[in-house]
Amino acid sequence: MKHQMKISCQTAALSELRVFLKKTLGELHLSDVDQLQLILAVEEVCANLIIHSHKCNALDFIQLDIKQNPGKLIFEITDEGKAFNMLDYEVPDLNKVKGDKRKGGLGIILVKKIMDEIEFDSTRGTNTCRLIKWFQS
Amino acid sequence: MLSIETQEENGHTILLLKGEVDASNSVILDEAITKVVVDGSNSILVDGAGLEYISSAGLGVFMSYLEDFQEKEIDLKIYSLSERVYEVFKILGLDQLMSIYPNKKTALES
Repeated sequence: MKHQMKISCQTAALSELRVFLKKTLGELHLSDVDQLQLILAVEEVCANLIIHSHKCNALDFIQLDIKQNPGKLIFEITDEGKAFNMLDYEVPDLNKVKGDKRKGGLGIILVKKIMDEIEFDSTRGTNTCRLIKWFQS
Repeated sequence: MLSIETQEENGHTILLLKGEVDASNSVILDEAITKVVVDGSNSILVDGAGLEYISSAGLGVFMSYLEDFQEKEIDLKIYSLSERVYEVFKILGLDQLMSIYPNKKTALES
């Protein structure tokens, strides 16, 4: 299985991304709960890039490639915006987020909790974030 | 697509959420809650039966009110979430920070 999608850097594109992910993941017979969580994790990374790295510039694009390897599902998200390595991001304590009355900071917690492996590299202006989910094939 | 209907019932304000909350529309949820507070409600019930999806943008809206609501003694209860949406609250541990109930009856009785 190999699927790809080019996503315009505007938050209005997120619903289109969910439709694509739902259709693609629908082939895998995942539970409703697992399917929604994978959609959520991929959307969180894309939303972060759209908002923070590309400042919602609809002329910029993110590339999403989904590959199924034996025992794992790989979501590869590529862009050429400002690099953001979530592996370097220290996940905030939830009580601190509550106390600070902040709306942000939760997305990366979700991604880290949902995915089994996260890889990031940035080479010559191209950033690649790989989200990997293991599953029983 | 998100729509929010507001109803008044025996001193409670009920927000009925329908659709999906993401970064493109979480401001609608934020504004709806702010309006209910400005209008003076101290008991807000969120009916999540029609909520199909919520990303961190929507969860963050709820989170941002928790501290203020605690200080001002405003009740915020969520009920009738589908299993898959409730699981998202649980991943973050929000089920420990927020009052979440299986249905309207249990929310009102608590």
